[in-house]
Amino acid sequence: MIAIGRKRSEAIAKALLWGAALLTLAVLIFILIYILQRGLPVLSPGFLLDSPEQMGREGGIFPTIVGTVFLTAVAIAIATPLGIGTAVFLTEYTREGRATRLIRFGTESLSGVPSIIFGLFGFAFFVIFLGLGWSILSGGLTLAAMVLPTIIRTAEEAIRAVPPSYRQVSFALGASRWQTVTRVVLPSALPGIITGVILAIGRSVGETAAVILTAGSSLRVPTSLFSPARTMSVHFYILAREGISLEMAYGTGALLIISVLLVNLAANWLMNRLVLRAEQ
Amino acid sequence: MNKKLRVSQTEVAERAITRGLALIAFSSLSVLALITVFILREGLPVMLNLGIGEFLTGGRWAPSANAFGIMPMILGSVYVTLGALVLGVPLGLSCAVFLVELAPRSVAAALRPAIQLLAGIPSVIYGFWGLTTLVPFIRNTLGGPGLSILAGAIILGIMILPTVIAISEDALRALPRSYKEASFSLGASHWQTIWRVLLPAARSGIVAAVVLGMGRAVGETMAVIMVLGNAVQIPDSILDPARTLTTNIGIEMAYASGDHRAALFATGIVLFLIIMILTGTANLITSRR
Amino acid sequence: MAESGGVKMQVENVSVYYGEQVALRNVSLPIVANEILTVFGPAGGGKTSLLRTLNRLNDLNPLARVTGDVFLEGESIYSPGYPVIDLRRRVGMVFDLPVALPMSIFDNVAYGPRLMGVRDRRRLEETVERALRTAAMWDEVKDRLSTSGLGLSGGQQQRLSIARVLALQPEVILLDEPTSGLDPISTAKIEESLRELKRFYTIVISPHNVQQAARIADRAAFFLMGELVEFGTETEVFTRPRDKRTEDYITGRFG
Repeated sequence: MIAIGRKRSEAIAKALLWGAALLTLAVLIFILIYILQRGLPVLSPGFLLDSPEQMGREGGIFPTIVGTVFLTAVAIAIATPLGIGTAVFLTEYTREGRATRLIRFGTESLSGVPSIIFGLFGFAFFVIFLGLGWSILSGGLTLAAMVLPTIIRTAEEAIRAVPPSYRQVSFALGASRWQTVTRVVLPSALPGIITGVILAIGRSVGETAAVILTAGSSLRVPTSLFSPARTMSVHFYILAREGISLEMAYGTGALLIISVLLVNLAANWLMNRLVLRAEQ
Repeated sequence: MNKKLRVSQTEVAERAITRGLALIAFSSLSVLALITVFILREGLPVMLNLGIGEFLTGGRWAPSANAFGIMPMILGSVYVTLGALVLGVPLGLSCAVFLVELAPRSVAAALRPAIQLLAGIPSVIYGFWGLTTLVPFIRNTLGGPGLSILAGAIILGIMILPTVIAISEDALRALPRSYKEASFSLGASHWQTIWRVLLPAARSGIVAAVVLGMGRAVGETMAVIMVLGNAVQIPDSILDPARTLTTNIGIEMAYASGDHRAALFATGIVLFLIIMILTGTANLITSRR
Repeated sequence: MAESGGVKMQVENVSVYYGEQVALRNVSLPIVANEILTVFGPAGGGKTSLLRTLNRLNDLNPLARVTGDVFLEGESIYSPGYPVIDLRRRVGMVFDLPVALPMSIFDNVAYGPRLMGVRDRRRLEETVERALRTAAMWDEVKDRLSTSGLGLSGGQQQRLSIARVLALQPEVILLDEPTSGLDPISTAKIEESLRELKRFYTIVISPHNVQQAARIADRAAFFLMGELVEFGTETEVFTRPRDKRTEDYITGRFG
């Protein structure tokens, strides 16, 4: 009797674990299909290339695509060198000690800060204090601060995975530390670093709270770093929340999901290549 | 002589590079410091004027009447976060155990990118999905306005899954094989081993996962803003609408000014403090391991 | 440059510590130009520590501490302000495990010259060809110079490592058990090229067994637990050792 009871509870437990995994998968698929099914039919050349009319009820979403690209580009252009520089410093230029602990504390804490706080900060610091106004620059700088921990962490991991023998050989051939870093270490760590940058792009594209407070929500096509701009995420949020047009919201949402899918595919593809190379 | 000169130039360059990199490396810490300074600068004065106790425990938020009490938002955040944990932690933990102990290779290979994708979906999408599916569903089956703590908790429960799964999975994987082998050799079944040996042994990592999941739930804005109803009230039931600390800022920043805006920054201070405590706790737990 | 038979490098009273541990105890010996010096003995005897002292690679290990001095052509390489990077170009090092840097074969060999600032393509090509010929692998790889060095076999990668050092036109070459991971044929090829190389270079090698030490040595130094037990010409050390411990080791009684 006892044996049978035990076997049964074992089976039930395992079934529950399978159930949990399938439920997670189902939720994801449900959300994706729900949005894509309603949004994909809306996507058309006109939707992508026209400017919105009547607050977005009609027309397309072209300015928000431009806004998203600009904002993300600024964020990545600023965060990438800072992130890689930090990772290089932590791995190649210093020993574990008080300084590294402090830097790690900063990075870890920053990665936990909610985006609305980044929004408040960006608004108080970049928009008001530095007088940059609601602009691509303010939004991009805020996003850069937000994605910095992601880039640091992935770059650090990638650099640590470079075999120590490469460094040794390089030093033994008379390379300086900097030459070793730029000619051997970083090229070897590149796929991992790019994966981090791609993930950061994904976060920037999807971010709303921090952007709406720092870049504004202008529907004009931005012309300079100092123009205000509306990103796809912000546009999507405004369309949905103010009930302007569900149809347009679905279309914008579908485009957002497609971007995120592409970003994840690219990151995965790179990671797999990395694993393959490591196994060789 | 010439050779020596060139080399000493390299050494000077190296020293400059080291200094430059050290400067860069402190950028994340400086951003953290700037955030602290600027949020305090904007929000602290009004908080002190009103009295910190008054601000935290006051039940009335009426910007037009200069009444700023954030108790309803604190409670809103607490309820929604607890709800998210009740839903998300068991599910996430089960997924982690499944991935480590049970999943065939092919299933794990499919599940892992799916979880990664779950983490990558923008929060506005979750909010919108909740607004168009969950909210009507709750309204029609359970009653109430639909815009509710329950809707927020479900959405956040899903959104914290990637965090909970990733960190508890790491904790489970870090366990030595010998635990499992010892348990098996004593005649324990697989499930008994998971339940009585592996999960307790990975306890600290799992607690860290819960704490970080909590941080994500407390800090999320855009997803809950769409499904929570945002009424400033102390909720009686999980079917009531509510407002959290984050949504308070998210909704009103667009048009606030003067003391009202300062009070929103003060709300941000409270939120920031909660998050720093949560992250600090999680770090303490994981570093002690 | 020191003449054939002259002293190229002089090790004087060198001790090496890793933290609390003593890896090398008060060692002095000359390294004669255009000869092969083999440093041999059981693992952990101090061979690698000695090699790493000769081009200051120990500098990179934060735990390592070196006392005593080493002279290259009469100049102390541990004197303050000595150009270390220059030293590493003059005293090249090949490691025990073959390491191809993750770049093409050509770029691997051209790595050192490029560090020194050589940009001219023609000159790089000449240097690379000469280095690969000297390392006896030009014919094997001349048609695939642009393919990744990671695709070479272990033996080829080790000869690539040697070619990479040769491209720097060093004066002294250090080899730390360069054939430990290789099959007998690759080993023979490398020993063959070493005998060629000593016409132009001074070589210090820690061989991976006594037989190899005896095969290639002009002079030999036997290390045991950080101590230099015996030093002399090949015949002195291998046919009539003065120290009992040396004799025990080369006749295979321990180690």
